[in-house]
Amino acid sequence: MSGFFEMGGYAAYVWPSYGLTLVVIVLNILGARRLLAKSREAARQRCAMRSER
Amino acid sequence: MGASILEVGRTGVSPIAAAQRMVARDLRLAFRKRGQLVQPLAFFAIVTTLFPLAVSPELSRLRDVAPGVIWVAALLSSLLGLEFLFRDDAHDGTLEQHALSGQSLGWLLFAKTVAHWLVTGVPLALMAPCAGLALGVPLASIGGIVASVALGSVTLSMIGAIGAALTLGVRRSGALLSLLTLPLSMPVLIFGARATELAVKGLGFAPPLYLLAALAVLGVTLAPLAAAVAVRISLE
Amino acid sequence: MAWTWFHRLGSPPHVYAIARRLTPWFGWAAAVAIVAGLYGGLLLAPPDYQQGDDFRIIYVHAPSAWMSLMVYTTMAVSAAVGLIWRMKVAHAFAASCAPIGASFTFAALVTGSLWGERMWGTYWEWDPRLTSELILLFLYLGYMGLRSAVGDIQRADRASAVLAVVGIVNVPIIHYSVLWWNSLHQAPSVMQLGRPTMPAAMLVPLLIMLLGFTLLFVALLLVRVRAEILDRERAASWVAEAVAS
Repeated sequence: MSGFFEMGGYAAYVWPSYGLTLVVIVLNILGARRLLAKSREAARQRCAMRSER
Repeated sequence: MGASILEVGRTGVSPIAAAQRMVARDLRLAFRKRGQLVQPLAFFAIVTTLFPLAVSPELSRLRDVAPGVIWVAALLSSLLGLEFLFRDDAHDGTLEQHALSGQSLGWLLFAKTVAHWLVTGVPLALMAPCAGLALGVPLASIGGIVASVALGSVTLSMIGAIGAALTLGVRRSGALLSLLTLPLSMPVLIFGARATELAVKGLGFAPPLYLLAALAVLGVTLAPLAAAVAVRISLE
Repeated sequence: MAWTWFHRLGSPPHVYAIARRLTPWFGWAAAVAIVAGLYGGLLLAPPDYQQGDDFRIIYVHAPSAWMSLMVYTTMAVSAAVGLIWRMKVAHAFAASCAPIGASFTFAALVTGSLWGERMWGTYWEWDPRLTSELILLFLYLGYMGLRSAVGDIQRADRASAVLAVVGIVNVPIIHYSVLWWNSLHQAPSVMQLGRPTMPAAMLVPLLIMLLGFTLLFVALLLVRVRAEILDRERAASWVAEAVAS
């Protein structure tokens, strides 16, 4: 198992690559969800304001 | 001048005549503001002066980097006046008149861009060999340097016209304009610097020059159309 | 009659509803494919006989590089559709592409330079592929910069669409000019990605990863496009219903 993590001695290159790609994927997912939540909230407020008038 | 603005795009005027009037008008306007005309050239001269100070005063070393220095300096100075290419005309409504004139807007913008090239690209092409000589390039390479900068700056002006048209509605657009146009200009930089390098080495520089010409043709045919679409968007 | 699907594609509430329904399918399919690809790439694939385990960077580098180009193409095509047919929804798709594409271009650059450090002994090599990728990142940044600089959303849509279309005309020119520029300066690099002799145990996980990243892109796009549609449909009555839950 430790051999797996050592990556034949190239762990210093392989794991950062995978880590960075994972971070990019996670940030993309979080970013997309946050964008949608923000737009939904803004739209909801607009609708609420319109119905009050 | 007031009359010439209105006549530039009047229907019934042949496209050639309209373009001629546009170029003449823009040249006249440009020569009225001599300060703005000289600025890119002064900038070009200063940037090329910086390199010997930063790299080394030895001509043998400078000669190797001269093509790159000339081209990077030319690329940067061509950006300087770009912001104002369509701006004044957009502010005083002239651009809108052009759009409504019945002449093809792309054609009129092409004429404007040609005028811009005449007052920026051509002087740069004439100054480039001076900078080259100061950097130690042989006298025989002057023709190649002038040809490559003149041809390359056509494409730079055309790409710049798209960028200028896109950023018309944007305040303080200088940095954004560079961000938009510089990546698109990289092929010009590559082939232009290559042609200059071959000229400096005394080799045949025709192949990269042909590629520069191809880029210029592509820019001349397509860029004004894109610029026209962009101008119409900003006028909406 | 056959064209009704096209008109429905232009209808914001319809696309919003479809996007909402399809997102989990694409999202979970992407997750399954990426996990399967990682398992195959990290555990099943044998070490490369020349590069050892280092070649495993390919399983994240190649899909990221593929994303950078595929997303740009998608962006330019939807921008063109938006310009030509004046479709709001198409602009919403184009706008959603840029941040996704830019982030994966960045990932492709960093993983590429990490690989380069092993292959060439230096983090940055002016390799044509890396250089083109860097210019592509600048194109994405310019697109996003223009969008954020133009205040009005409709004008930002159309102006950035022109830029995207101009960019797609330029991408092949930039690519080949960088390729030729590079071949003038140095011998071809030692990296041979297109090696046809890649054994199936290495190739299959790569293909699965490519599929997984593409599915992930679709899922991200569907989420982002809903936000963009909401921003564009300020006055529409269907919005109140859509955001009520």
